[in-house]
Amino acid sequence: MSVGAPKGLASSGRKPITEILHPLSAAEEPLSPGPDVTVTVEGDKEPGLTNGTPVETPSPASASLLFNRLQLDNDSEADGRDPYATAETRDLFVTVDDPKKHVSTMETYITYRVSTKTTRIEFDLPEYCVRRRYQDFDWLRTKLEDSQPTHLIPPLPEKFVMKGVVDRFSEEFVETRMKALDKFLKRVADHPVLSFNPHLNAFLSAKDLNKRQGLALLTKVGESVKHAAGGYKLRARPAEFCAMGEYLDTFSHKLGTIDRIAQRIIKEQSEYLTELREYGSLYSNWAGSEEELQRPLEGVGNSVSTCCGALDDLSENMSQDFLPVLREYVLYIESMKSVLRKRDQSQAEYEGRLEAAALRKQEDRTPMPAEVEKCQDKVECFNADLKADWERWQSNKRQDFKQLLTGTADKNIHYYEKCQAAWESLVTLLQDKQAEDKTSETN
Amino acid sequence: MRPGSAAASGEMKMMAEDVKEEFVSDDDSEQTAADGSLSNPEVEEGSTLLRRMEICVGEAEKRSGKNAVSMQETFTVYLIETRPMDAVAEGRNPAPDSLWRRYSEFELLRNYLIVTYPYIVVPPLPEKRAEFVWHKLSADNMDPDFVERRRVGLENFLLRVASHPVLSNDKILHHFLTEEHGWKEVVYETGFQAKADSRLRALSATYRVRNPDRRFIEMKHYSDELQSHTSQLLRARARVADRLYGVYKVHGNYGRVFSEWSAIEKEMGDGLQSAGHHMDAYAASIDDILEEEEHYADQLKEYLFYAEALRAVCRKHELTQCELEMASQDLISKKQQREELATGIVRTFSFKGMTNKIFGQEAPEQREARLKLLEELIAEGEETVKEKTAECEEHVQKARVDMQRFREQKDRDLREALINHAVMQISMCKKGIQVWSNAKECFLKM
Repeated sequence: MSVGAPKGLASSGRKPITEILHPLSAAEEPLSPGPDVTVTVEGDKEPGLTNGTPVETPSPASASLLFNRLQLDNDSEADGRDPYATAETRDLFVTVDDPKKHVSTMETYITYRVSTKTTRIEFDLPEYCVRRRYQDFDWLRTKLEDSQPTHLIPPLPEKFVMKGVVDRFSEEFVETRMKALDKFLKRVADHPVLSFNPHLNAFLSAKDLNKRQGLALLTKVGESVKHAAGGYKLRARPAEFCAMGEYLDTFSHKLGTIDRIAQRIIKEQSEYLTELREYGSLYSNWAGSEEELQRPLEGVGNSVSTCCGALDDLSENMSQDFLPVLREYVLYIESMKSVLRKRDQSQAEYEGRLEAAALRKQEDRTPMPAEVEKCQDKVECFNADLKADWERWQSNKRQDFKQLLTGTADKNIHYYEKCQAAWESLVTLLQDKQAEDKTSETN
Repeated sequence: MRPGSAAASGEMKMMAEDVKEEFVSDDDSEQTAADGSLSNPEVEEGSTLLRRMEICVGEAEKRSGKNAVSMQETFTVYLIETRPMDAVAEGRNPAPDSLWRRYSEFELLRNYLIVTYPYIVVPPLPEKRAEFVWHKLSADNMDPDFVERRRVGLENFLLRVASHPVLSNDKILHHFLTEEHGWKEVVYETGFQAKADSRLRALSATYRVRNPDRRFIEMKHYSDELQSHTSQLLRARARVADRLYGVYKVHGNYGRVFSEWSAIEKEMGDGLQSAGHHMDAYAASIDDILEEEEHYADQLKEYLFYAEALRAVCRKHELTQCELEMASQDLISKKQQREELATGIVRTFSFKGMTNKIFGQEAPEQREARLKLLEELIAEGEETVKEKTAECEEHVQKARVDMQRFREQKDRDLREALINHAVMQISMCKKGIQVWSNAKECFLKM
């Protein structure tokens, strides 16, 4: 709840989120042809975006229904992240795959294939297939951040890797990075606002991504938020945003702890594996000097060996699948925090201007300048966007972690199942032999 | 009968009772008489003490007393209980006779058996000090877990000895089981310590023997292999246990962090919290798992020590064979000397031959005297050779029988140990699946 000068902030927690009209949800909003045609910064509208396709609009929905019936390759099934939007409204599908190494005189780098399938009219064609490198993704993200400062932009995998420590071209590294890029792009594509960003469109469709040109008009918009950076101090942050900040801090801390635990487990497992391998080989050695016991001993050696293989798989999975997701969420949290900070700045700017205007009004009866109202609107929009994004983020987080943790549990179960099978087959083998021996003895 | 498998003494009793084939001989249905002698020295083929008497090592207690140098010390004593088998079979349930023995007395018994029956692979005692420990296991002899495992090991030793076709008839063994006081004196009176072969003699025989029986060479080589493999395996197993312990325990940290995390979550909170509890349970489960695995380690250890006993039998063969060879050699050289004296032809270099050449032949009377002496020595030597040959033969025959018995026992026991080990692994896997399935349930509810 705000106190002091700033008044009338609609999103100070007095209204529940469901009642606050999202700026894009108004049915009166005219649908303009394309985001790259006109850019108008109108008073009530969210800066930088003219056309929004709200969730309830019928036209894309029916197109996507038809679309779905065509049984397109739906990657979202694979990662199971369906709850982003209801099935009827998904009309933009993106995939990142097929990494390839490019060697030129200047540098060596990896490109990924970015495939798009869509029914949106914002796109000229229904399908696109382009190659992009990490730099391009980074460009896209920066552009999104600049042009959609009030929204949470999903994180990218780490940009810099120490050349000596990590092999940038190893299969594992490329695989992990590609999965993260795929996730990033899918999250953007599933976001009701971000997915309509013209930069995304360019990223997905342009043959050559001319990054220097950019879309100059849009950058102007971003600057107005940047101007808020200097000189304004926030009086009082509304409670709900405080709560968000605290939650993010604690959550980030817990994820860090889990990361450390997972790393420790991997280390312990690796050392266990080393000892276990040696242990298994000793049985085979011993078998060499035995007659009757040769098969049982060999059998034990083999079972141990199978368990070693299973353990290797388990540890690899931890490194490849578990840890990257944790780390990505830490980055996601940082993104969210930065959005919260920007919101704070926006609110601070508004409060500052309001105070200044109020003083002037007192002095010489100057009416409230339009700017101040603009600021207020900005703040209100920001708060609404943020809250919507927060809810979405929370929901996604729940799904992601549910999936991650059940996946880990599954991997552990499979590991034990493999080991159990190895030992059970040995017991059967040995007991059969025993029964054989007994019958031959009594005969 | 497999007394070697890990089991509480209760199970041991049951196994002893399970024996079906032998009928109890009436003469010695009661326990041995107070004077310690077996009333019927001629025991039926295959019938052993164990079939007539139920034995178990029930408990362990701490005692304090003065040791040989009059210093106060604390030691552990073990309760040996015996009951006549037929009494049990008839449904009578007399109270068992019991006495207390400490580890050093078991050692004394074993040393006596080794000396008295050098052709038998004598069952080993459990280790004197804890070896092959992994970090959590205590190396302290007074540690209750160690004492308990030692109790089981001592019972196992007695059962093995008492079921051995040869060893089970020994009087001293009977004494040990039935007479608490004065047993030590009786053992010493047998004078077995004097009969023990000196290490030096045994060692030199190993190098000097020319023609040991092939089977003993093989067995000795095998005993080296067995010892090497089991000891390496035990060491590796301890390291594996250490590492596995670490893996499980680290998972316990998930419990705490999930709990902390659940505090800031709404819908996810319950699922996380419960999953955390399962992670705690997972971490705790390793203690029991590794405790059970110690039984397997004990079975391996028994055969590690058995390897030494096997080698002892082989060394005894080398010794007797060497002595025989030496006696034969001595006899041959004496006969040669006689021939030289008789014919005057010197075949081999001898001091006498040389002095004869230098100082001239000796007088006929002296020659006669020497010849006579030589004849006596030759006669003695022939007796000795006969004795040694018999000794060697006897040892070879009896040892071969026992080595065969040992080999079959080892194959059976170790095979069963390996199966049990596999069964334990399966049980461990099942527990793991259970815990992670439970955790998965919780995650799904998140």
